[in-house]
Amino acid sequence: MSTPRAHLEVLPRSVQFVLALGATALVLFPLVGSDFYVQMVTRMMIMGIFAMSLDLLQGVTGLVSLGHAAYFGVAGYALAFMTPADAPASLWWTLPLAVLGSGLVALIIGFFVVRTHGIYFIMVTLAFAQMVFYLFFDNKALGGSDGIYINFRPDASVFGWLPFDLEGRKTFYYFTLVLMLGVYALLRRMLWSPLGRALSGIRINEHRMRAMGFGTRGYKLTAFTVAGALAGLAGYLWGAQTGYVNPELMGFHMSAHAIMMVILGGMGNFAGAIVGAFAFEYLLHVFKDVTKHWQLLMGGFIVLVVLAAPRGLLGIVARLRGGTSAKTTAGGEQHG
Amino acid sequence: MDELLLSARGLTKRFGGLAAVNGVSVDLHRGRIHAVIGPNGAGKSTLTNLLSGDLTPTAGKITLGTTDVTGWTPERISRQGLGRSYQKTNIFLPLTVHENVRLAAQSREPQQPWNPLRWLSDTRTDAIKNRAISVRLESAIELSGLKNRRMAIAGAMSHGEQRQLEIAMTLATEPSVVLLDEPLAGMGVAEAERMVDLLNRIKPAHAIMLVEHDMDAVFALADQLTVMVNGEVIAHGTPADVRANAAVQAAYLGEDH
Amino acid sequence: MDFATFLIQLLNSVQYGLLLFMLAAGLTLIFGIMGVVNLAHGSFYMLGAYLAYSLSAQLGSLAAAILVGTALAVMFGLALEWLLFRHFYHRDHLDQVLLTFGLIYIFEELRSILWGDDVHGVPIPPALDWSIALTDTLSYPVYRLFISGVCIALAVGLYLLISKTRLGMKIRAGAFNRSMAESLGVNIKLLHAVVFALGVGLAAVAGMVAAPVSSVYPNMGSSVLIMCFVVVVIGGIGSVRGALIAALLVGLVDTFGKVLLPSVSGMLVYMLMAAVLLWKPEGLFKQ
Repeated sequence: MSTPRAHLEVLPRSVQFVLALGATALVLFPLVGSDFYVQMVTRMMIMGIFAMSLDLLQGVTGLVSLGHAAYFGVAGYALAFMTPADAPASLWWTLPLAVLGSGLVALIIGFFVVRTHGIYFIMVTLAFAQMVFYLFFDNKALGGSDGIYINFRPDASVFGWLPFDLEGRKTFYYFTLVLMLGVYALLRRMLWSPLGRALSGIRINEHRMRAMGFGTRGYKLTAFTVAGALAGLAGYLWGAQTGYVNPELMGFHMSAHAIMMVILGGMGNFAGAIVGAFAFEYLLHVFKDVTKHWQLLMGGFIVLVVLAAPRGLLGIVARLRGGTSAKTTAGGEQHG
Repeated sequence: MDELLLSARGLTKRFGGLAAVNGVSVDLHRGRIHAVIGPNGAGKSTLTNLLSGDLTPTAGKITLGTTDVTGWTPERISRQGLGRSYQKTNIFLPLTVHENVRLAAQSREPQQPWNPLRWLSDTRTDAIKNRAISVRLESAIELSGLKNRRMAIAGAMSHGEQRQLEIAMTLATEPSVVLLDEPLAGMGVAEAERMVDLLNRIKPAHAIMLVEHDMDAVFALADQLTVMVNGEVIAHGTPADVRANAAVQAAYLGEDH
Repeated sequence: MDFATFLIQLLNSVQYGLLLFMLAAGLTLIFGIMGVVNLAHGSFYMLGAYLAYSLSAQLGSLAAAILVGTALAVMFGLALEWLLFRHFYHRDHLDQVLLTFGLIYIFEELRSILWGDDVHGVPIPPALDWSIALTDTLSYPVYRLFISGVCIALAVGLYLLISKTRLGMKIRAGAFNRSMAESLGVNIKLLHAVVFALGVGLAAVAGMVAAPVSSVYPNMGSSVLIMCFVVVVIGGIGSVRGALIAALLVGLVDTFGKVLLPSVSGMLVYMLMAAVLLWKPEGLFKQ
């Protein structure tokens, strides 16, 4: 029953301008922001990477995964297992390994999951993520429900020389910023690549893609795996920043938050994912400050977004400015 | 002797106890248009779906060229050289004509979704850099008469134009066998004439199977005719033969022909 | 494992499976007929449990609580359907996922405001608070048999409703071909409301009868929801028969798994699901 959504793929000038402003602000922020806020923005950027990874799967390919957090959490745990209790682990080994680990788990689960469609897909992604959750939750050897502490941030030393020290808040901030922008650039590139075009085609009309000769299952598995690996990158950074991982990182709520971020900002162009992540994290912070019953506010907000702003915040910006470039895909939703 | 490109023998498809298609055989030759006609519910769409791989036959065999493709998935059959268009327009509505046909043309590139090199090249400049895609793309757009509508969004076009796009996408996959499911459906006189003209132009290079209700077009275009009723073939031959066939007259065409 | 232990685990499996079935039947019907995925379905189960807690204390009897509670839950479900859900039957699954996830947050918070965050117990009605002897040394709580009994009765009722009554015929017609059913005079809107109410009712009753055994605690909806999804996937969406068989399978695998292979027991059910999906990607009894 899903109708193909038309997405904002080519960003109109108004939006590009706002994004450029945002990027500049991010670069300058640590010079003016307090420690607390630098930490908070770092976390938002990590969520931005997480949201972008889901956008590849959900926004571009049209696959709604309710279990994306599994790959986020696995990488965090990978870092925890690779970091000794009394010394840091090397960044240059642990980061690629953690990302590959998440990618591998995504590949294995993806193999089962891409055989399903529609609502089944949603349900089985959730189910497999829960399996991963319980694997860690039930086993003391893997940390159990208490989780694991990561006592040191990864060490960036190369043959005795330390190019940058991730223990420093500002350094970690810029490290995350560079990675976030790098992931954005990579994904934007992928969007217009033969892979990206095929994935969009699958979202819009998978049946026709198959009739034209595309092996759609293989494409979906690729998207699932790449998205999982990138979620792993975010999870690794989360573990490194907070110094603590627990099964909740792989839980249902985390997956649902990711979905919300992607929708909130506007799907299919990756900039929306970043905007959504920032907005969502900020709102969470505000709601929690206002009342201990913040879930009521958050729930109400989510319902409001579904009812009023299905194309997310970027969609609103584009609409407000009126002008859209000729290549903006067909306006509005196509309701069945 | 025209080359035999597709041969289907004894195709049967049962749904539960009902045989939607029963023991149907069809041959498609290059340079010939083979029309399949029959009343509603005769099994023509089912037959098309069987040949394209959208449905798996309960019995029977399909040979494409020299390869047995019975039971193959639609994507494999497509890559083997069969293309089809749909009765209910089945295009990418939010994309432009250019993007629609470009995707179809891309399908002939080596697939390899795992290859990271395929993640990084920019398809917006493909038309310039990738000659093979560009050739397929341009020729399909040219043939289908949509050259002036390249940047139009598919969902915003008229029904007739969408049917043209439907054909363009089928052609861009460079099939040797083309299955057309009611390409003239819902078209006005001028549009229908354009479509008939298009079909005559692509005829020499392809083997075409045409499922149609528009009798004027069928008798104007078809070199061979198969008549189906209730899932079975009741007549087969040239249009003249079929016109004269008593069983066909009784079942389908009525007294006046 | 000796026979008595085996019997106990078997009875536990069946009881757990039947409870899951109550939830899965509603979920599969609602999805099969209206095409709506409802992540908040577990919340109705939770609602039932909390209502059982409050009402049995106030009314003094679990039976009365179940009657009143079911009525309240169904009314709540109908209001929800009318206000929100019926506008989402045509929308993307994504929108539905989002909406119902928002609802989970809202329901959890409302629960916290109305009933607090403590864990509560619900007393077993005295008439059912005894055990039946299986062997010289082992006995089985009668209340658990009662739970299974209630579920079986409701399952039979559901079967009779769907296959033998006019309402059931309309439900099946509406599932098969909506517009045709409409033109034949079936009031689709009413039908959808009835199906939704049925789903809510089954979930709430499940929560109520299970409350004395499983206790009443925050987030109890989420864990049962996921099991419910697994059951629906294994059984095939839209198939009530599939939901029953899948629920019993899951009950067996989970219960015996915990006893025989405790270190991987949490994962067994998902492995079962993976195996089924390899064989039949749309579930065992897909419509």
